[in-house]
Amino acid sequence: MAERINVLKTYKIFIGGKFPRTESGRFYQLNNPSKAIANVCLSSRKDLRNAVVAARGAFEKWSGSTAYNRSQILYRMAEMMEGRKDQFISELVLQGVDRKEATLEVDLSIDRVIYFAGWADKINQVFGSVNPVATSHFNFSLMEPMGVVGLVAPEKSGLLGLVSSLCPILVSGNCAVVLASEKLPLCSITLAEVLVTSDVPEGVVNILTGKKEEIMVHLAKHMDVNAIYLTDNLEHKKSVQEEAIQNLKRVVVGKQKSWDDRTVENPYIITDFMEIKTTWHPVEVISATGSGY
Amino acid sequence: MNKEIKPLKFSGKWDFDPAPESVDHISLKDQYGLFINGKFENPQTSNYFPSINPANEEHLSMIAEAGEKDINAAVSAARKAFDGPWSKMSAKERGKYIFRIARLIQEKSRELAVIETLDGGKPIRESRDVDVPIAAAHFFYYAGWTDKLNYAFPNRDPKPVGVAGQVIPWNFPLMMAAWKIAPALATGNTVVLKPAETTSLTALKLAEIIQEADLPKGVVNIITGAGATGAGIVNHQDIDKIAFTGSTGVGKIIMKAIAGSNKKSTMELGGKAANIIFEDAPLDQAVEGVINGIYFNQGHVCCAGSRLFVQESVYDVVLRKLKDRIQSLILGNPLDKNTDIGAINSKEQLGTINKYLKIGQQEGADMFQLECPIPKKGFWCPPTLFTNVSQSHVIAKEEIFGPVLAIQTFRTIDEVITKANNTPFGLSAGVWTDKGSKIFNLTSQMRAGVVWANTYNKFDPTSPFGGYKESGHGREGGLHGLTPYLNF
Amino acid sequence: MGAFISPKVDKVGIEDRVNRITKRSIKKEAKLEGLKMALNMVDLTTLEGMDTVNKVTQMCYKAQHLHDEFPGLPTVAAVCVYPNFVKIAVNALKDSPIKVASVATAFPSGHSSLDVKIADTKMAVDAGAHEVDMVISRGKFHMGDFGFVYDEIAAIKQACGTSVRLKVILETGELGNLDNVRLASDIAIAAGADFIKTSTGKIKPAATLPVTLVMLEAIKDHYYKTGIMVGMKPAGGISNSKLALQYLVMVKETLGVKWLDNHWFRFGASSLANDLLMQILKQSTGAYQSANYFSKD
Repeated sequence: MAERINVLKTYKIFIGGKFPRTESGRFYQLNNPSKAIANVCLSSRKDLRNAVVAARGAFEKWSGSTAYNRSQILYRMAEMMEGRKDQFISELVLQGVDRKEATLEVDLSIDRVIYFAGWADKINQVFGSVNPVATSHFNFSLMEPMGVVGLVAPEKSGLLGLVSSLCPILVSGNCAVVLASEKLPLCSITLAEVLVTSDVPEGVVNILTGKKEEIMVHLAKHMDVNAIYLTDNLEHKKSVQEEAIQNLKRVVVGKQKSWDDRTVENPYIITDFMEIKTTWHPVEVISATGSGY
Repeated sequence: MNKEIKPLKFSGKWDFDPAPESVDHISLKDQYGLFINGKFENPQTSNYFPSINPANEEHLSMIAEAGEKDINAAVSAARKAFDGPWSKMSAKERGKYIFRIARLIQEKSRELAVIETLDGGKPIRESRDVDVPIAAAHFFYYAGWTDKLNYAFPNRDPKPVGVAGQVIPWNFPLMMAAWKIAPALATGNTVVLKPAETTSLTALKLAEIIQEADLPKGVVNIITGAGATGAGIVNHQDIDKIAFTGSTGVGKIIMKAIAGSNKKSTMELGGKAANIIFEDAPLDQAVEGVINGIYFNQGHVCCAGSRLFVQESVYDVVLRKLKDRIQSLILGNPLDKNTDIGAINSKEQLGTINKYLKIGQQEGADMFQLECPIPKKGFWCPPTLFTNVSQSHVIAKEEIFGPVLAIQTFRTIDEVITKANNTPFGLSAGVWTDKGSKIFNLTSQMRAGVVWANTYNKFDPTSPFGGYKESGHGREGGLHGLTPYLNF
Repeated sequence: MGAFISPKVDKVGIEDRVNRITKRSIKKEAKLEGLKMALNMVDLTTLEGMDTVNKVTQMCYKAQHLHDEFPGLPTVAAVCVYPNFVKIAVNALKDSPIKVASVATAFPSGHSSLDVKIADTKMAVDAGAHEVDMVISRGKFHMGDFGFVYDEIAAIKQACGTSVRLKVILETGELGNLDNVRLASDIAIAAGADFIKTSTGKIKPAATLPVTLVMLEAIKDHYYKTGIMVGMKPAGGISNSKLALQYLVMVKETLGVKWLDNHWFRFGASSLANDLLMQILKQSTGAYQSANYFSKD
């Protein structure tokens, strides 16, 4: 029987819930090691500009959604990823990862999404507070999302590092613009397919592939980005921190040794991308029973 | 107010046609066994009792009565599961089981809502929009805690208590099962749960869901029966913790039974909540809140706002608005999507309510009820309110657990705070005013575990619920809801 | 400036009540009855800058012949046009019970002198309009000059005379919050409005269920104080039958059955009529309908 010809996949970028090509039309070829496996979009600063606009436009709705809703959406991401396990494993293998390691990586990635999903409706219980001020006021502090966060995704981890750094940003209601790994970009676009089928609203996550160094400077300078998560690529730390000064965006630098380390699972990476808002309101009479606020 | 102005009429034109929810998509067995160690077993007593639909007294199914041997089997299955697979499993994997249960409840939500309405008499609108979604949400919320407990309790390494014996009431059958089981499982415990004898069906459907979720056998055991079965669980030597929601009377019996033992306990008992309307409240919304506060679930709610306090200057207006609003409530077939007031859960409960209606009138309070056609079969009580009530009336002191509101007036903040707190109960309270600083004054002085300001009867899995004083101890929901199920 | 004390409104509470109203399930005969009632309450409207004699005439014909293929249908309550088309409409509808309503007072912005607004009103009244839909001065409202707003409404009411009914458009989409909607309602009612109306239909948001509930509550309180009934008209944004029925449930459960009558409740809409017709036919025949079978006016 004649051999069936495969349909090769075109990898585009992910902006505003859609998959456009880079407006620059450029590409770079991904090889493993010498065989071409994909032509990957070489995103431009204009793609970045569009991505930030999309992320900003999505922020009001995403941050206004209930924590319960966000946790369900992230859980659904895990459901969708579970269905695509084979696809993710094949893609990692295609990009040069050992099959056994790839299988472990995908399993761990799904469980990691679930871990962070469970924090959405608990962050304020653990990190918020009611403060016993010395005047007759009810005073409480809430953690709130910052806005648009630029994520420079881990270079050496094509899936696990990506979800481990992306989910903490999303859980609290932030929107993300992601610069994918240059050597391991394919899973990030497949992850975009997962996002689209998980009821993640358009614009909440935007994913660009390309040369990080080219885009990073524009991300760091962008006046409408509130924070940057530099997961590795620490050689750029100084320049990113310097560019970020223009609007005093917060720069969070990755500290993890390896992404499959369990200590990556903690809520502090979530609160790193949150602000604290404290509200005061008078209480008419300080209660006689001493249980006043 | 001009007395010659004719009151508004809310019926007589464009009355709604019946809009019944269909029942042909549900499946109910003729007979249910006891869910022990992952399987449905026949009771060793071979006794079954009927469960009926309180709206028409029709037979629904036969429910097993668990005897001493069955209780032993359930507790030892729970103990074996606790010592075995459940505690050996990673917290993460435990969480994934609980997420499964949440999703399965969501998938089967319509069937569960219909069965809840058939079994207990509450309107389908409530079981569909409140009971079932909140049940799923509790499992969802607590599933996320399993691998995060060390963040909830600073400087402690919390451990599960062991086997929890849980006895739940008939007013929110599935929702109460979720409130009990979800935190217990999330903290690593195993469970023996007994639903109320008039409303066992959704707990048994939950058992089927637990089977479908492939939960390791013995982690959750659901055994049906009446008071004797409940007592058997409470008194069992190998139960580490009792969780009970029900009347204060039975709560005291249980506390006596476990006195002197090492058993931990949480009690969720009765209430006689004060719902307070100030003259600067948005009155129409306050009235709506009061209506919801007492007539939601036919008043079969421990935190029902059963005592209304109205600031005297707005009493006439509020009373008129209440009476008008009652006119557009629809009493009838609980399966009808337009029904607001469903059936009273049982003949016994209706008897209790009617007893209080008599007492109220004998005491000298004035009774007002919605005039509406009452179905011939089933147990019914139309929405009722009493005016001319004083603090010392029985109907202002004792929990009626029905759609009956007792209305008093007040003049000042201090007066109403005193009267609101002047009760052995302390479960909940409501405050209606436009002024923020007044809200926080009131809420900080209410001796109640849940205080609602400008709203009422709102529940959320993240929000701790429980009472002061004789309304019980311990909290369910939220981070604080983890505490009763852990040793530190 | 008059001292207006209006009750405050709790927005979350209003939304809760609205939510409960939308859960009502209207089926079978009640649905058919409701749809016909809604149809009879429609003010068929054309208020375009590019309106012409032919457009208005065709709409008036449609008002009388909604769907002749289906006997026993009620007519709409009224047509609503700009003042310079009133004479045409009155003539076109002279043999029918359908009323002619005219917008006036520098609709839709209301930015002009009182003299111009009175002249605008008189033009419509003299041409034979049965009803006048005026706009309040939202700018003055936000400046806190409630006395001005009140006086203006009273003056237009006087210009209408005793046989023309005055609808007062609050333009709720510009009022900012529900407390203001309640205040504006109370001012309009006190100044003599026969109807209070939500919107001009020229901006978003137009009519919404929460805003309508607040206005109905204002009407209810007024009724209990004085015994006087005031009508209510949500306008704009009501394009489907399901929503129209939800409005009717709201009226029934807030004001009671006396207001379920086109003398006291109207829908300001243009495409709603055809949707109501399609639903009426679906109820009667059992088949879902296609828009191709119902003439657009």
